[in-house]
Amino acid sequence: MTDAALAKNEAETILSVSNIEVIYNHVILVLKGVSLSVPRGGIVALLGANGAGKTTTLKAISNLLRAERGEVTKGSIEFDGERIESSSPSDLVRRGCIQVMEGRHCFGHLTIEENLMTGAFTRRDGAANVRRDLEMVYDYFPRLKERRGSMAGYTSGGEQQMTAIGRALMSRPKMVLLDEPSMGLAPQLVEEIFEIVKKLNEEQGVSLLLAEQNTNIALRYAKYGYILESGRVVMDGEAKSLRENEDVKEFYLGIGGEGRRSFKNVKHYKRRKRWLA
Amino acid sequence: MSPGFLYFLETVLNGLMTGVMYSLVALGFVLIFKASGIFNFAQGVMALFAALTLVGLQTGQVPFSHLINAIFGTEFHHFGWTLPAFVAVVGTLVVMVAFAYLFEKLVLKHLVNQEPIILFMATIGLAYFLEGFGDLMWGADIKALDIGIPSGGSFWLEDVTREWATEGSDYFGMYIDKLDVVAALVAVALVLVLTLFSQYTATGRALRAVADDHQAAMSVGISLRNIWVIVWSIAGFVALVAGIMWGAKSGVQFSLSLIALKALPVLILGGFTSIPGAIVGGLIIGVGEKLAELYVGPFVGGAIENWFAYVVALVFLLFRPQGLFGEKIIERV
Repeated sequence: MTDAALAKNEAETILSVSNIEVIYNHVILVLKGVSLSVPRGGIVALLGANGAGKTTTLKAISNLLRAERGEVTKGSIEFDGERIESSSPSDLVRRGCIQVMEGRHCFGHLTIEENLMTGAFTRRDGAANVRRDLEMVYDYFPRLKERRGSMAGYTSGGEQQMTAIGRALMSRPKMVLLDEPSMGLAPQLVEEIFEIVKKLNEEQGVSLLLAEQNTNIALRYAKYGYILESGRVVMDGEAKSLRENEDVKEFYLGIGGEGRRSFKNVKHYKRRKRWLA
Repeated sequence: MSPGFLYFLETVLNGLMTGVMYSLVALGFVLIFKASGIFNFAQGVMALFAALTLVGLQTGQVPFSHLINAIFGTEFHHFGWTLPAFVAVVGTLVVMVAFAYLFEKLVLKHLVNQEPIILFMATIGLAYFLEGFGDLMWGADIKALDIGIPSGGSFWLEDVTREWATEGSDYFGMYIDKLDVVAALVAVALVLVLTLFSQYTATGRALRAVADDHQAAMSVGISLRNIWVIVWSIAGFVALVAGIMWGAKSGVQFSLSLIALKALPVLILGGFTSIPGAIVGGLIIGVGEKLAELYVGPFVGGAIENWFAYVVALVFLLFRPQGLFGEKIIERV
């Protein structure tokens, strides 16, 4: 690539992770060289089964890893043109990269509105702007406005997920790392939340890295996808091509290619086709 | 009014005042427990240390004078000044904030995300360290603390209440220590300020957020380490207030640190997570033990005051372990 092309590429990529390795507690190797990139204003899905390393990848980016005794030992992470492996989470939030954690993690004893306001903790641009953004969040999630005074611990799972996303929005992020937003929610609610996320992406220009087990829905909303398996990226591509890929259909979408097969054969097939690079 | 009723009233009032003194200590525990889930074993010693520092600064004592004199063979004990009380209080506050900062930097920072029991053990270590450090810094002798808080009974109150008693009785009038009244007013002000702070400021909100969910607080960009310094500074401030009140009442000496033991039943009664709970718990314990002493004491040979609080705490542990005002345990998925 020429210099100009490189510069252009940098401007269009908001997040690039290259070949990171993560070790927990100095011994447990969880990520074995994960690389991915998110274009500015794009939605990228990070797919894979339980324990594949999706959450760890997100936490490595947001640097919440260190509080769990995890560590990025190799590779580099670049956000908005700067290396961020050693930035603190609060520093990253200030720069515009925030994570919405798996399992919602609302502050149970704070009201919905107080929860949302904690998202603005790092902001220094005045109460009026924060107020305006609070109204914006309420526009996206009208349900939260109705329940603004209730303690978050007493609200429903869907409302808590909305609160968690709204709270992240209050920091005026350029990029949101969204971890498993569908977890434990009714299908209809999942659809509703993904619609709002898509709207946020289109209207606010927020880039999204989306970790999901629900491959089906994630590939419908994302433009690009990475599939993780035991700490490695085993496949990546445009969402459309992933959706049509026979292996993805077989293993992640649950659509058999050639009709029903006996369980024994499926297992054999799986073992043979395991993509361990 | 019959003298019996007046005695009752006097006992209740004195109980309330004593209760407030307990509450002052309990408050420090609640603050740290709420924000970090740590039961701070060192709260009592912090009160002692704050009181020692206050007296030392005010009377112009040379810190570590014994150590310095032992090493260099000098005879150097006093700077020879006496600071105004206000300056000494501010100076002590600075010391307590510096202490909070150092404790975070040297200890807590390395214990992030450890089990609560490990953090608890760290505070036990802190208690012993601070006890020895205080002695080394300011000497182990008993000191008087006087920053000009009025103390002693009020003649006016005694005269007025003597009038109330029925003709011909030998009721002498009500004795209420002015110091206790001041302590009560200070406690009320303190609670008011703390409540306003935690409900209506962004930092207060962040404190409550950290108390609820460390990880989530970090994920929205709240720096745990800053919050911990703030919390321990506030706890240091509360310890200073408690140290001043108790020090003025009973002198500054090692036993001051044992007031923390009386705070324990107060916490169990009021709930470990509630600031109003610490106050109400203190009042109930204070009034309860004084009344029990007056009315039940004679039948069992007295000294009920010493164990009454703990029995109440035990009963609460059996029937309402979260205390009167403890945070409701929200359980839903």
